[in-house]
Amino acid sequence: MKISFDKLDKAFENRVRLQIMSVLAANQRYDFNSLKDLLNITDGNLASHLKALEKEEYIVVHKSFLGRKPNTNYEATPIGKQAFKEHLNTLEQLIKQQKVT
Amino acid sequence: MEEKELQNELASIRSIMERSSKFISLSGLSGILAGIYALAGAALSYFFITSNSPEYYSIASKNLPARSLIYVYADGIFSLQILFVALAVLTASIVTAIILSKRQAKRKGQLFWGKISQSLLFHMAIPLITGGIMISIFISHEFYSFIYPSCLIFYGLSLISASNFTFSDVKYLGLLEIALGLIAACLPGYGLLFWAIGFGVLHIIYGSMMYLKYDK
Repeated sequence: MKISFDKLDKAFENRVRLQIMSVLAANQRYDFNSLKDLLNITDGNLASHLKALEKEEYIVVHKSFLGRKPNTNYEATPIGKQAFKEHLNTLEQLIKQQKVT
Repeated sequence: MEEKELQNELASIRSIMERSSKFISLSGLSGILAGIYALAGAALSYFFITSNSPEYYSIASKNLPARSLIYVYADGIFSLQILFVALAVLTASIVTAIILSKRQAKRKGQLFWGKISQSLLFHMAIPLITGGIMISIFISHEFYSFIYPSCLIFYGLSLISASNFTFSDVKYLGLLEIALGLIAACLPGYGLLFWAIGFGVLHIIYGSMMYLKYDK
């Protein structure tokens, strides 16, 4: 069975989105600022990628307050986790496939 | 995409999952140094016990469990000296760990003071503070023979609770510390020996293991 690159999730084509999903797969929740520090990208850049993932319903946003400071947390949805898993599986199969040929 | 690229993609995913959930900047070297401080501290305490209280020493070596700390600790002066040594060892170890982990964090591209290190400290602090209070209560009731075992047990618990946020090796070090503490509790009078093994020898062994595995 030949697996093509089309099977890779389009939402994860962008590196930052894939990284965000990786973080949310390893942690139950992650806040905006910690994500920003970890990925080392700008506010605007991160926000736009988070928006895109939210639109795909791969992540949900939890807004709360820590004292008076707004604290925005992100969590992967079951759909998002599934998509991430499938993306990883496809990557793995692609590697195997290339080893054989 | 080439195979190499795909491999890199997977490797970077794994790395970011690890960096986002675990404090991987813990330095093995700081473990080794903490072990050395502890051994020096134990030697110094032993020196205080034997040289500054010849009569206790002679009583202790003639009768009952040799060099029994129950006897030595009956003397408030010595217990204060040893308490001071223990606190000095603790402070030196913490300062070393902070300096070396900060350096390591820079090298590994991890934030030294962030979400993960905060969770690590929080989970470590609960058993440690509980233990500290418990030991103060023991001191106030003059249950001196429980001090050494309690140090080891509560330290072990704090390592296990912190291990979710760093290398899993830390969990096994915690289990060993607890086991040592329980054995020490059964053998009053040998507290200092177990203290030296638990805080000195084990730290040096685990520190070297972690240094070779992760510090490179």
